[in-house]
Amino acid sequence: MINKVRPHITQNESLLFERSSPGKKGYQLPALDVPAVDPAAALGAANVRAEIEGFPEVSEVEIIRHFTRLSTWNYAIDLGLYPLGSCTMKYNPRVNELVARLDGLAWAHPYQPESLAQGAMEIMARLEAALADITGMDAITLQPAAGAHGELTGILLIRALLEKRGNPRKRVLIPDSAHGTNPATAAIAGYAVENIRSNDRGMVDLAELERIVDKDVAALMVTNPNTLGVFEGNIKSIADILHKKGALLYMDGANMNALVGIARPGEFGVDVMHLNLHKTFSTPHGGGGPGGGPVAVKKILEPFLPLPRLKRLRNRWTFDYNRPRSIGRVRAYYGNFGVIVRALAYILAHGGNGLRNATVDAVLNANYIRKKIEPFYDLPYKAPNMHEVVFSDERQAKLGVRTGDIAKRLIDYGFHPYTVSFPLIVHGALMIEPTETEGKRELDQFADALISIAREVETDPELVRTAPHSTRTSRVDEVTAARRPVLRWKPDNSSAKAAD
Amino acid sequence: MLAACGLESAEDLFSHLPDDVRLKQPLALAPGISEYEIVDYFQARATENASQYASFLGAGVYAHYRPVMVDTVVSRGEFLTSYTPYQAEISQGTLTTIFEFQTMICQLTGMEVANASMYDGSTAVPEAALMAARVTARNRVLVARTLHPEYREVLGTYARYGRMSIEEFGYVADSGVLDLEELERRIDGQTAAVIIQSPNFFGIVENVKAAAEIAHKHGALLVMIFTEAVSLGLLQPPADADIVAGELQSFAIAPSYGGPYAGIIATKEKFIRQMPGRLVGETLDSRGNRAFCLTLATREQHIRREKATSNICTNQALIALMATVFMSVYGKEGLRELAEQNLAKAHYLSGKVKPRFSGPFFNEFVAATNGRAPDEINRALLKRKIIGGLPLARWYPELENCVLLCATEMTRREHMDEVGQAFLPVPQAA
Amino acid sequence: MTYPENFRYTKEHEWVRAEGDLGVVGITHHAQEELGDIVYVDLPKIGAQIEQGKSLGSVESVKAVSDIYSPVSGEIVAINDVLGSSPEKLNQDPHGAAWLVKIRMSAPDQWKSLLSAADYQAYVGAES
Repeated sequence: MINKVRPHITQNESLLFERSSPGKKGYQLPALDVPAVDPAAALGAANVRAEIEGFPEVSEVEIIRHFTRLSTWNYAIDLGLYPLGSCTMKYNPRVNELVARLDGLAWAHPYQPESLAQGAMEIMARLEAALADITGMDAITLQPAAGAHGELTGILLIRALLEKRGNPRKRVLIPDSAHGTNPATAAIAGYAVENIRSNDRGMVDLAELERIVDKDVAALMVTNPNTLGVFEGNIKSIADILHKKGALLYMDGANMNALVGIARPGEFGVDVMHLNLHKTFSTPHGGGGPGGGPVAVKKILEPFLPLPRLKRLRNRWTFDYNRPRSIGRVRAYYGNFGVIVRALAYILAHGGNGLRNATVDAVLNANYIRKKIEPFYDLPYKAPNMHEVVFSDERQAKLGVRTGDIAKRLIDYGFHPYTVSFPLIVHGALMIEPTETEGKRELDQFADALISIAREVETDPELVRTAPHSTRTSRVDEVTAARRPVLRWKPDNSSAKAAD
Repeated sequence: MLAACGLESAEDLFSHLPDDVRLKQPLALAPGISEYEIVDYFQARATENASQYASFLGAGVYAHYRPVMVDTVVSRGEFLTSYTPYQAEISQGTLTTIFEFQTMICQLTGMEVANASMYDGSTAVPEAALMAARVTARNRVLVARTLHPEYREVLGTYARYGRMSIEEFGYVADSGVLDLEELERRIDGQTAAVIIQSPNFFGIVENVKAAAEIAHKHGALLVMIFTEAVSLGLLQPPADADIVAGELQSFAIAPSYGGPYAGIIATKEKFIRQMPGRLVGETLDSRGNRAFCLTLATREQHIRREKATSNICTNQALIALMATVFMSVYGKEGLRELAEQNLAKAHYLSGKVKPRFSGPFFNEFVAATNGRAPDEINRALLKRKIIGGLPLARWYPELENCVLLCATEMTRREHMDEVGQAFLPVPQAA
Repeated sequence: MTYPENFRYTKEHEWVRAEGDLGVVGITHHAQEELGDIVYVDLPKIGAQIEQGKSLGSVESVKAVSDIYSPVSGEIVAINDVLGSSPEKLNQDPHGAAWLVKIRMSAPDQWKSLLSAADYQAYVGAES
């Protein structure tokens, strides 16, 4: 019985270019208070373009309707649970949107005089301090624009330290359960990637690690808790093995939502880690970005941090460019300041206790889901899980239904799918992270949906295999999209148009 | 719920953790505060920042009017709080807007395909360079000194570990344009890419075609970077370039003290599999209706892992959406008119403050301060609540007493007059 | 599926058949079945030198990439252009029209180290 959603009528809408006609306008500029200048005369005729062919010409109301109609075709946190593993799709507080738009913050130019930027610098310094406290690390950089960017920064820091010690080394170890950005990052930083197999409990195999770590290994990139939602209980031993051979421990902080206020990576041997402001710290995903990927380091790595760094000088903030060991910049300016504002607002709202409570709720919610779903889906790894839990489709696969199909059928029940087929160490994974945002009611509806689908797999597998049935758009042909890519609109496109 | 989990208290949820990793004391953070107090805190910080100042700063971040509709659209929860559109059936809103975005970027830049955005213009540069290295199987990059200094720094950071060698070539002293003769001398059969910016950091429009000819003669790619997207409304699209990358902040993205912004990479279709970043493609659903989906994902990290074209996992979707709404609001005529206004304002200013370089400029130019220290002029302007031009000495020691001045459609005539006044030589004592 | 007798096979699911002094290389029916709908094939350039067991390119489905390992060493003298515009041929006719490359073999006795049709049949029979 599907009780969370009912299909309803949604507006059709074509592309902006298909709605355009010459002369329609959505703007009005004020009259010039200076003389107009002939572009050809000022720039040279060869430098001036003809019209922007195909560019939209639509009215204001058409623009509003266009985007509003399109928005109604999206699922969103504001509509319901996203059970996506390791994504931490928690509520995006609206006060954060307001404060980020305050004039003095939104219109601040990165090059305005420091005397006129003290407010912005104070915000950044405050977030740095908060993140240092949360992670138990010594220094923070807010420069990286996203998690993967933070990963790259972190690995470059490791490289810089090892180079200073005389040998950057050659390999980075990455568990086979790791997120794809980890090996991609290591490769960009000039390291060869060596996969380390998880043991039968899905954790880093200590004996294997001991065997593999040698003077050629620069670091191990670990996610903790791992992508199964399980805490690496041997993390201190892992750190010891690495440190004994002069290697470092990098932690992917994607799963920090399980640790805030409970444990601090700086206290269990992590040398460098990144955080995801758009996960743990509530900044909105916005359909795929922006994010923020601050990096936290121990003292030994502090000299290498990207420049500039915030420094307190005679009662005011200043940017310190005198950092001879710095790896340089990883992006222009100082960081995704707008995202930094939102993250700080979230932290201020919760405070130390509030953040810890959020962690407790997140872990409780994941455990609740596990208990309710366990009778119906295969749970390959039985260790206690924290903020997320991973099932496998093994039972359903025997009846010809895979995790991808179950995920699609979940859409008919009014939910966004969980993370499908990841981590790779689980065959046909269903990776679920509810976050602390969800109350019992939504969680019960979600669990009931998964249980109902498990029954459907037994009684009517075809229904699940061909889901979703009640969405505006049914399953899309990804194969043709990849074989014959159409990546932009052209006036003579002959594919089926949306009715209008 | 605890009961359902078979637990007595919430703390039992963590009893499986080793005791020596458990935090024994609370975090040092202050207790949580109310919404009112949060707003208050940030209002106070905003006041400590500049407020109600006229500004002549450009240099990669531009003050353009943000149409109200932009925030109206991006504030919709379905856009703001939605996830990456991996599940096409319930993400057609985001996917459609990205497809429109990709299209408009192609229309503006003269390229055949564009991605769904990079973090920003500065990181798009090394991504473009790495792409050129993959395409040509070469590892040398020649970059113009007139590419934004911080963009060059970022390129240097990535290149150091990507085993690319980066060398700079200069500009012509009087005109401020690329020194094409130097480029011709320095380029060779190992050059993967020539990277230039137009309008360049000095605001000057470059001869992209000539630079492309030199690059192509030697089998290198021409990478053109832009930081002022509004210029694309008026300037000839760089169709001779192989890769166009740049920053879209000018399109209704608040300056926000340096970020978040949105970069793009656009290129020719033949290079598409070497291009980093998300791509949205058109297809049909099982009922035969047009639909959009993420495509060519095998380039990306979640599939190809260490062999991926990049480690990037984000596209700046919400920021790109701001740009998409902006481009729709101004449209074909409006973007041109906007650019023409920018041109007019900067040229009016150049009548008050003489440009240092003779090359053609768009909405920024370099001005010499006639032997006075730029800081002194700027201090005087600050007293009149005007933020003056950006002193260039920190990046271009040869331009010690020069500043970079920018005027946009938001710059007022009376402020430009004041700046003109401030640049006049101080009357000598009798 | 009967695997052609005159082909030789690898455990990574490539096949090779003799055409004069050339080896014509492709992927097996089993491979295309495992991969699902093939969307793109990445092939080397003509003139490239290739070693037995080393990757000569890759095959992509929507969600996965698989390396193609060369069954023999030699020089690439031809690549199958039709796969550029119609990668789906690799699903339809992997043993015939959708050959991948032709190699001028540098070590013809490598042939002996490869699996016969019967051996390969047993191998994939055991796998599935």
